[in-house]
Amino acid sequence: MAKLVTDVVCPFCGTLCDDLEVSVTDDGKKILDVYNACAIGAEKFLHSQASDRITRPRMQDEDGNWKDVSYDEAVEYTAKILADAKKPLMYGWSSTNCESQAVGTQIGEVTGAIMDNTATVCHGTTLIAVQDVGIPSCTLGEVVNRADRIVFWGCNPAHAHPRHMSRYSIYPRGFFTGKGQKSRKLVVIDPRCTDTSKLADYHLQIEQGRDYELFDAFRVAFKGEKLPDTVAGIPKKTIYEVAETMKSGRFGIIFFGMGVTQSLSKNHNIDAAISVTRDLNDYSKWSIMPMRGHYNVTGSGEVWGWLHGFPFALDLSRGFARYNPGDTTSNDLLRRDEVDAVFVLGSDPGAHFPFGSVKKIWGLPSVCIDPHITPTSAVCKLHVPVAFVGVETGGCAYRMDNVPIECRKVVEPPEGMLTDEEFLKKVLTRVKELKGA
Amino acid sequence: MAEYLIRNGFVYDPVLGIDGDKKDIAVKDGKIVETTALSKPTEINAAGMTVMAAGVDVHAHVAGPKVCVGRNFRPEDKLFNSTPQAGIKRMEGGFSVPTTLRTGYNYARMGYGFVMEAAMPPLFARHVHEEIRDTPIIDEAALPVFGNNWFVLEYLKNKEIENTAAYIAWLLRVTKGFGIKNVNPGGTEAWGWGMNCETVNDVVPYFEITPAEIIRGLIEANEYLGLPHCMHVHGNSLGEPGNYTVTLDTLKQAEGYTAKNDFGRDTVLHHTHLQFHSYGGTSYSSKGFESKSKEVMDYVNKQDNITFDLGVVTLDETTTMTADGPFEHHLSHMNHLKWANVDVELETAAGVVPFIYNPKSYIAGAQWAVGIELGLYAKDMMKTYITTDHPNAGPFTRYPRVIKWLMSRAAREHMLEKELKYGDSIRNTCYIGEIDRELTLFEIAQMTRAGPAKVLGLSHMFGSLRPGCEGDVAIYPYNPEAIDPSRDPELIERAFSTAQYLIKGGEMVVKEGDIVSNGSKRTFWVDCTTSENPQVQRDISEKFKRYYSVTEANYEVSGHHYVPNPYVIEVDASQ
Ligand code: SF4
Ligand SMILES: [Zn+2]
Repeated sequence: MAKLVTDVVCPFCGTLCDDLEVSVTDDGKKILDVYNACAIGAEKFLHSQASDRITRPRMQDEDGNWKDVSYDEAVEYTAKILADAKKPLMYGWSSTNCESQAVGTQIGEVTGAIMDNTATVCHGTTLIAVQDVGIPSCTLGEVVNRADRIVFWGCNPAHAHPRHMSRYSIYPRGFFTGKGQKSRKLVVIDPRCTDTSKLADYHLQIEQGRDYELFDAFRVAFKGEKLPDTVAGIPKKTIYEVAETMKSGRFGIIFFGMGVTQSLSKNHNIDAAISVTRDLNDYSKWSIMPMRGHYNVTGSGEVWGWLHGFPFALDLSRGFARYNPGDTTSNDLLRRDEVDAVFVLGSDPGAHFPFGSVKKIWGLPSVCIDPHITPTSAVCKLHVPVAFVGVETGGCAYRMDNVPIECRKVVEPPEGMLTDEEFLKKVLTRVKELKGA
Repeated sequence: MAEYLIRNGFVYDPVLGIDGDKKDIAVKDGKIVETTALSKPTEINAAGMTVMAAGVDVHAHVAGPKVCVGRNFRPEDKLFNSTPQAGIKRMEGGFSVPTTLRTGYNYARMGYGFVMEAAMPPLFARHVHEEIRDTPIIDEAALPVFGNNWFVLEYLKNKEIENTAAYIAWLLRVTKGFGIKNVNPGGTEAWGWGMNCETVNDVVPYFEITPAEIIRGLIEANEYLGLPHCMHVHGNSLGEPGNYTVTLDTLKQAEGYTAKNDFGRDTVLHHTHLQFHSYGGTSYSSKGFESKSKEVMDYVNKQDNITFDLGVVTLDETTTMTADGPFEHHLSHMNHLKWANVDVELETAAGVVPFIYNPKSYIAGAQWAVGIELGLYAKDMMKTYITTDHPNAGPFTRYPRVIKWLMSRAAREHMLEKELKYGDSIRNTCYIGEIDRELTLFEIAQMTRAGPAKVLGLSHMFGSLRPGCEGDVAIYPYNPEAIDPSRDPELIERAFSTAQYLIKGGEMVVKEGDIVSNGSKRTFWVDCTTSENPQVQRDISEKFKRYYSVTEANYEVSGHHYVPNPYVIEVDASQ
């Protein structure tokens, strides 16, 4: 027999779908099937069931031999390397709940850590641009109910956020958008042909890295001013036409991704994109939204925001909060040998950081807290497996539009396994003792 | 729990009619008690100091999504003002949008014990509660916004008060909210299309209802339920020259209604930050602008069912934030600073824009004058509350400065003569120069504790030192026998900025000016029972299925981690 858990939240991408259904065995121990999720979402649930899953902390010696240790020993090692370090880096925080992020931040306060999240290699540039020019935005339900113009810029939701288009952007029928897709015009700006661009009314195949110019050209076109014959590889006629399409909508939105945040010009691209959106609000109603990747990277920025006022690159090492991207960002610190211990939770820098940074982690006292074996766990001295947030424990997560949703626990974690929050609380208690705080 | 005996202070308690008499105040088991009830109290020598119940803030934006937007998009707000961890006190940062930690500590330093978060977007209720949870010491509650909510617009269009009320009761329960906030009624929904409602008679696009109908309908629903607080409105056309007529129209909607509740509240409409709504003229220049505080107060003083708060401009660099989305957009076009906006499906919107109230500009000085004038023209100080609409007109940490301006004509003259560049134009276009009145400490106690506690329906707990009230006592280094407000106005500001002691819930949290405890803060919310209403239940399910981006089951705020220490006020509206 099986029972069905409904309204399950998918702890994978920033789309944070909350309509999944998961069938589990009657004893609540095993997941049988996952409904409504996309393939990558379902995989996340099923992965937790892997029979070869690591269930106890392990340490590796210099020759790379692993040996199991107890959670108590893991707490001790973690607390000690953080307490002993002059400037520990506590990185990740994007695939865990807000409660863990809040406890982790207290550890950071006591040990004088640098706290950084995956925005540092993703939408950190967006956060900087928002500090420069602000951001007019909305919740995803507004898009469902009102939007008749959708722009995807430098992102490919068909692959990275698979259910975004059906739940929120292209297809859904909302209150003022009863015809669904037919009531919307879709513009895709991407140098590549993608599964998203195939759906577009306009696909502007911009020359790689020339986003800033095209954003600016739109601002010129809105005002009806003169453009050169082509900008960023797009003929001016098309630019005028798309500009007109955007202006003539009743409610529009620009979704953008890593294609613009991490290409040449970085935060300046986003600055320009937000300015385009501001301009459009003189003609109709427009919003802009970053397609945040990890399911709760947004939440970590909020938690740090309310506790310390900065959404990433948070430096607590001087005893109070500082923020200076480029100086207090993970890769810059690692490359400059400025940190002397590394703590990773809820992310995989081993896979996503430049090789040079990963090598630095390998050379330092280090701990990786992650349910999976990952490239990061492979280079850290200690690997602490924990329960899957959103599968084996609940907690709050923030969707890409900052809407907080409570994740659901659908099955029990393996016997004796700690959650992120439980592990962090033990570490907090211990670092307080070690620091005499 | 510890016992405290606060000896020989000058006590101000408008509820008990105590006006500066030397009295002893006793606290035991978290409550105020008779002095005879103590056995082995810790004595606090309050001789030469002022003793009041802890302050109660009726309206501030201190927790939730728009506050956090303000923090995160203004790193400059934290420049050179962060402070390290010390003792039990955690790190602090921020000026106009302080971190939650600093928010709690700063209220405690000013002797405040309760703060109402003035605008909670229901879909973001979890966020509001997480921030409230992480704000130490002070008790807090939050008002969900209703004035642009689709359920409310639809029910009220059909004059369905009972359904509106049932929906409100449901929403308060699922969001753990406290009462009814009504921001730019109808205008914020219009903002979904980039439009606005500028008068109480402008029709909301598609929903075909007017702000006047929304205001009246929400008053009726509020009294139908008998909620502790009254309908709390931020009227249309905030900040617009000439808007005082809209304000009068807004206030007039309360005519004919009387309060029905079991909480001792006798008013039905609270108008917030009235300063922003009391403007005459046609522009912001000294030639086009005038104060209409007197005209507005002439009306307010004649009503007995209205309260308001001031929203005094403090002439700081600050961060404006409001559910009045179209206003923030408008503002960003005036000052060309960064603009953030969030439209929230089916419910509301919010905007955030930094703002510099420059004392060298005419208009900032005139706005300052309007706010102070409202306080000085008011007749019933139990219905007039000190706020800065934190952080919109200025940070809450300036309340002591506002108190100084209200208590000292000399302090106001100093502003007009020395601090403001356009003092003369301000005298000409505003009333401030003509007013001699200086408020008393008794009146300040009415405006900052007894009055707000009453309108929030919390006078049985806060705002007084009557035995049985919460053990919330503030002791200020202010000797009313030695200080002359006309000669030493600065001493007023200093005293109210730095409580010597704050006892909160019977526990000492500020001792000799230092934070010594993180307290045991509570989140207040209202659990209102109504009779079964299958239609509203159906409407809710329908809207979630079709128009919300989250499921109905995932909407409710539940779980210890959001509201770890609740104080639930139960209201039975099922009869
Ligand atoms: S789109 Fe994202 S959140 Fe939704 S099911 Fe797929 S992976 Fe999960
Ligand atoms: Zn307000």
